[in-house]
Amino acid sequence: MSLASLEWGRMRPTGRRMPGFGGLVIDMPLLVLVLLIASVGFVVLYSALGANTSLLLRQGLRFAVGLTAFFAFSQVPPRYLRIWTPWAFFLGIALLLAVAIEGEIGKGAQRWLDLGIVTFQPSELMKLAVPMMVAWFMHDRPLPPTFLQIVTTTLIVVVPAVMIAEQPDLGTAMLVIAAGGLAILLAGGAVPVLWHYMRDYQRARVFMFLNPESDPLGAGYNTIQAKIAIGSGGLFGKGWMNGTQAHLEFLPERQTDFIFAVMGEEFGLLGLLLLLTLYLALVGRGLWIAAHAQDTFTRLLAGALSLTFFFYVFVNAGMVSGLLPIVGVPLPLVSAGGTSMVTLLAGFGMLAAIHGHRKLLAP
Amino acid sequence: MPLQSTRLKDHWQEQQLFFTRVIAAAVIIVLLSGVLVARLVVLQVVEYERFVELSQGNRFRLEPLPPTRGIIYDRNGLVIAENLPSWELVAIAEEIDNLDATLKQLEALGLVDPGEHKTLRDLVRGHRGFERVKLSNLTEEQAAKFAVRRHRFPGVDIEEALARHYPFAEATAQAVGYVGSISLQDLERIDRSDYAATSHIGKTGIERAFEADLHGHVGFRHQVVNAQGRVLSDPAAEKEAEASDIPGMPKSKRPSQGNNVYLSIDMRLQLAAQAALGESRGAVVAIDPRNGDVLALVSTPAFDPNRFAEGISKADYNALTNDQDKPLINRALQGIYPPGSTVKPFIALTALQSESIAPDKELYCTGEYHLPNQTHKYREGKGGVHGNVNLHDAIVRSCDVYFYQLALTMGIDSLANGLKVFGFGAPTGIEISGEQSGVVPTPAWKKKQFSKAEDQGWYLGETVNVGVGQGYVLVTPIQLANAAATMATRGDRFKPRLLLGTEDPITRETAWSEPVALPRVDGPSDAEWQFVHDAMVGVTADLHGTARAAMQGATYKVAGKTGTAQVFTVGQDEKYREADVDERLRDHGLFIAFAPADAPRIALAVIVENAGFGASAAAPVARKVFDAYFAAEGYVAREP
Repeated sequence: MSLASLEWGRMRPTGRRMPGFGGLVIDMPLLVLVLLIASVGFVVLYSALGANTSLLLRQGLRFAVGLTAFFAFSQVPPRYLRIWTPWAFFLGIALLLAVAIEGEIGKGAQRWLDLGIVTFQPSELMKLAVPMMVAWFMHDRPLPPTFLQIVTTTLIVVVPAVMIAEQPDLGTAMLVIAAGGLAILLAGGAVPVLWHYMRDYQRARVFMFLNPESDPLGAGYNTIQAKIAIGSGGLFGKGWMNGTQAHLEFLPERQTDFIFAVMGEEFGLLGLLLLLTLYLALVGRGLWIAAHAQDTFTRLLAGALSLTFFFYVFVNAGMVSGLLPIVGVPLPLVSAGGTSMVTLLAGFGMLAAIHGHRKLLAP
Repeated sequence: MPLQSTRLKDHWQEQQLFFTRVIAAAVIIVLLSGVLVARLVVLQVVEYERFVELSQGNRFRLEPLPPTRGIIYDRNGLVIAENLPSWELVAIAEEIDNLDATLKQLEALGLVDPGEHKTLRDLVRGHRGFERVKLSNLTEEQAAKFAVRRHRFPGVDIEEALARHYPFAEATAQAVGYVGSISLQDLERIDRSDYAATSHIGKTGIERAFEADLHGHVGFRHQVVNAQGRVLSDPAAEKEAEASDIPGMPKSKRPSQGNNVYLSIDMRLQLAAQAALGESRGAVVAIDPRNGDVLALVSTPAFDPNRFAEGISKADYNALTNDQDKPLINRALQGIYPPGSTVKPFIALTALQSESIAPDKELYCTGEYHLPNQTHKYREGKGGVHGNVNLHDAIVRSCDVYFYQLALTMGIDSLANGLKVFGFGAPTGIEISGEQSGVVPTPAWKKKQFSKAEDQGWYLGETVNVGVGQGYVLVTPIQLANAAATMATRGDRFKPRLLLGTEDPITRETAWSEPVALPRVDGPSDAEWQFVHDAMVGVTADLHGTARAAMQGATYKVAGKTGTAQVFTVGQDEKYREADVDERLRDHGLFIAFAPADAPRIALAVIVENAGFGASAAAPVARKVFDAYFAAEGYVAREP
């Protein structure tokens, strides 16, 4: 007897599931695309880490944890997700409060909650909990939302976003706003923008976007170095492990936020186009799942998760290539880093579940 | 919620709405992706060349390499300034576990100054972890001491460099000068790129005057560095940098060593003069009258130029500048003194030439002189009564009263011109800087010098004073020496020079410099020159000659003239008594001379400050220098 049927058997939906995989829900297109992107990511990361295998191994472990989350969430029928949503959301709010209080005591930026064994970023939870909460709120209500409902859903998005921005973690706050806002948008509402909650230095970073080269050694330095890395990669790149910008430490945050530039330098335009194609395929698969979802909650959630994923890619690639201001948004599935990888794969797990646990109307 | 209850969920319509939104989102995604791709195409295709260039610039850095400074030799090839290995103790912060403890241990070994513990600690912490921060200079012994204990000091290392060293130390301090750390002022007189790797620059003397020859040219080496400036050793990449044609990046090249410099100085004379001056304040300048070669240029007290090259502490520097003996002043060029009676040969020559006096005309010396209708006494410098003296005797015995009258007969303009043609009142033009002009006073000069009308008039008394080298007349030792040289050559003048030639350190080819002739002193006839020469020989040889004692027993014939310059004006009815006067207000002793008198090869001027009579204070110094010159066996003048 398989482990899955033992563990998850009780949660099986009443309707028919997709065939195959010994009763497990596995979305092959999602899985293959995720594995392809992650493989590309490991190759680039190996170079960005300076051939440091132990660091790469840690990233591999994170990916393994993320894949576990992916498979786990794949098995959870969406209605359970829906039931848990308010709990997850308010737990997230409570944790954000806890972090804020701890940060107040610690007199500094505080994003992490030390749970003894692991540290945990409540803001990561909110990346999923916020669009889920919006979808949950709209689930039983007719679409498009009324003005009052838009206000309510906006509050669902804004309250945690502001708390995260206060940490201060503008990047994550923006992603939370994007995830929630996209859910509202998909529900038929309009999205208010909350730039005025930004701190001065965050605004400065945004305004810098207008002329990134005005301050070559200040905030714009990273952008310039990233552009040099990408631009000097040319069509075919300098070759794997040959990126001078990355290896000579000219490129900041090259394993994390700026790994897109490492890719561009070493694999050139062709490499970047390949990666973008994989990302778009993944987003396309997500939107396809959303379009075929069967109720408002799953539709909105699937759509929001897919669009948020694209938002990640676009914001990261945009900032690294100098199109957008620099906000700390990692390149999904490629950048080194723990929680965002797990969160992302958990989200894809939800997508798989939404698709895999459909009730087949016609056999 | 009444509003909600009236609305029903229309699943079909909702799915349609959602579907159109998804389509819209997909379109937006495609558009945004298009923007992104367009951006990448711009960066990676359109602007590719520019970014490649920028990335190359990032990657390769030119490390400037310092050239080795040229060596300074004396005229016989003796090393005066060289480059010796020196050792610096450096700290690399990232390799040190406990900086405080490490410093304490180094202090215990006597390698680091405990007084600078805090300064050094902050200095090390203020640098990036991988940077090498200098802690101290080490002697060879200290370096050895550290070397055997190196294993106990991770992150502390010895760096070897070349440091300027002056083997003759104080003896050459004034003439050769010294090198020191490049200051902001120095930056204005150099091509900064050529000094990119150079830490020291010639500050004074020869080191400064021939900086361009001595310094050489900077070299470059390519380095691969990261954004933090850490140098990565990557020979392959460095080779690539060599091979590639990166715009604006010079090829690597070796630094070209500075030229060696041969000085006209003869260290034997230099050392003899230094020793002869001893503890006293004074200067000696010896010149080869045939070409202007400066054979010795000494100023005492001196200082150890090596301390400057090593890096002198603020306290030590202040001690030198505040020393009332002014050791940093080059008295030979910067000291201005009343020449006293040393001007008498020049005045006598002018007088003969202008027929102001017949050589055998006798005047009666009573020991003091009054201007007509004035009560002011112009005293015989040494006191005493010379009785009837002619011009020859007046020089030999240095009779002031004779020259008082002679000066009055000649008039100030004739006196002044007679001095100016010998180069007094103007810099001689020797290569090293800081030279003073001195003063040859004229009524016009006085008018310019004083602002108040009542001070501007010229008095006969002032003419009288010029006649014995007092009053406003001021000369430098090098002017005196060069005038003595001109006297020796009977009119041929040369610009005094320290540079014999420069030598290419690689090819060993030497470019000898030509003597620079100055306008001749043409007026006097041979007989007139001879008359003055004879009188000057009389100074050292005649029974009453003032320098007879000093030159007694010399194997060569010396023509000279003593001088005693008043620093302090003695009251009208007092007698000058050395013991009564504060040491610093005592007279300066001077002496000029050339030898051999018949065919002069060396002319010199000596001044000993506050030492009393020139005959007893300065002439013996000259004797020692002459002795050194003529005793030197196998001496070969380096003929250009």
